Amino acid sequence: MKRRDFIQQTAAASALIGLGGMGLTSFAPATKKITILHTNDVHSHIDAFGPDDGRNPNQGGVSRRATLIANIRKENPNTLLLDAGDIFQGTPYFNYYGGELEFKLMSMLKYDVATIGNHDFDNGIDGLFAQLPHAKFDFVSANYDFSNTILDTHVKPYKILVKDGIKIGIFGLGIELNGLVEQRMYKETKYLDPTETAQEMTRILKQDEHCDLIICLSHLGYNYRNRPEKISDLKLAETTKDIDLIIGGHTHTFLKKPTVVKNSEGKNLLVNQVGCYGINLGKIDFYFDADKNKSANGTSIIV
Amino acid sequence: MNYKHSLFLICLLIFCSCKQEVHLYKIEGQQINISDSLTSSSEIEDFIKPYRDNVNKNLDSILAYAVDTYSKSDGEYNTAIGNMMADAVYEEANPVFKSRTGEDIDFVLLNHGGIRAIISKGSVTTRTAYEIMPFENSTVVVKLKGEQVQELIDYLVKAKRAHPISKLNIVLDADGNLESAGLNGKPIDFTKTYNVATNDYLYNGGDRMDFFKTNDSLYVLDYKIRNVLIDYFKKTDTLNPVIDNRFIQLNN
Repeated sequence: MKRRDFIQQTAAASALIGLGGMGLTSFAPATKKITILHTNDVHSHIDAFGPDDGRNPNQGGVSRRATLIANIRKENPNTLLLDAGDIFQGTPYFNYYGGELEFKLMSMLKYDVATIGNHDFDNGIDGLFAQLPHAKFDFVSANYDFSNTILDTHVKPYKILVKDGIKIGIFGLGIELNGLVEQRMYKETKYLDPTETAQEMTRILKQDEHCDLIICLSHLGYNYRNRPEKISDLKLAETTKDIDLIIGGHTHTFLKKPTVVKNSEGKNLLVNQVGCYGINLGKIDFYFDADKNKSANGTSIIV
Repeated sequence: MNYKHSLFLICLLIFCSCKQEVHLYKIEGQQINISDSLTSSSEIEDFIKPYRDNVNKNLDSILAYAVDTYSKSDGEYNTAIGNMMADAVYEEANPVFKSRTGEDIDFVLLNHGGIRAIISKGSVTTRTAYEIMPFENSTVVVKLKGEQVQELIDYLVKAKRAHPISKLNIVLDADGNLESAGLNGKPIDFTKTYNVATNDYLYNGGDRMDFFKTNDSLYVLDYKIRNVLIDYFKKTDTLNPVIDNRFIQLNN
């Protein structure tokens, strides 16, 4: 988007929000805003990188992230906090406590939903199960069939949350474990085709549950340039419909801004990933209005 | 349809007509850097502190002293740090293996890429072991037939990398071809079966060490490589590993 358009759009939007507030004194404001905050591949990076770190000096740290998230929630209580997997493995905190501290801190930060990354199996499926009591948030995974494992019923395919009357459906997708994680770690977990699973999920969330917003929490990886046949977030975005946002992980991809992709129906959606190690926080704001005219020409995306 | 049902239906209709249709008309996306310009939450900091203190106390406890700085890039076909690691696996894992099976480990093969950090001159701590070996890989003993041992040696000759080995000797001629291979100074009997200690990453095909796939049996020790190093450091007061002649190339 050109800068000129950006300024115009922003000005128009603010004007409309202002009008909405003044004009409609009835029970509900005309405009609703849902904020989605997200992380991925934090890999047990609880402390910030030190000043002498060769690559990311003074970056990251859970206690700083906590302040930022609290401020954003104060600004907009209709905020969800999500994680796209690989919470575990990367610092001695994981070796010492097996993920207990990671889950406890994410609970204190009030994470709502997370999905499972390949490294979350690093202490085996039993190791993950053992830490679940410390997580006061939900795990979603639609393409890992855990029915023959200890995680059966503990991980749901999707979760529906309602914020300010907006119905938000969130489903999870995980990467193929065979060849990446030893079988003795993931045991009888069955991997299902991500594209077919996504189609099934969007059918449930859109047609049966009438969600206003559908989010895919994915640990598939952003894009595999040298392996175009391999499923990735970009590929999933292009070949499915009714998803509004794919929050990705696994490839530790640092994007300058979220990627806008056209889905199988030619509609725009966003694919985002915020690198790794808790260095960044992703923030996506969704604006809803009762006035159909405003969305008649499609949804404007400002990134 | 009775009275109750129709009342319910009317209520439902009224409710539905009241529910506002919402339309998504705008999306804004941005990325916020977690930098030192943000204030830390003291609640979170206080919660982390006892965990951090415990980890640091453990990690910074001094186990041994290193005479020099050892890096995996110092040495052509064998390195001091690699030799130390492979020898440590033999010394620490063999008693465990022997007590459980009555057999001895014949030789050890690890991978050069698995040495993730240097050992700096001075104090060697548990943190050093975590730096060298951050992964959870464990020691396994694989029974290999002479044929696969031959493949293993061919792999090393071809790779020309300082993959850490212990008890195994390889000599290359001036052209880089195999001159001789031996175990503890004796020639290898390729009709025999050998107990090879390695890590589960390599056993599962890591670094394309496919010769491990064809094996007679696998013995899982449940002994992490990092714990091997920690136990070895605890036992050894002064670390002074050297580059030796276990894998060398002859000059003309």
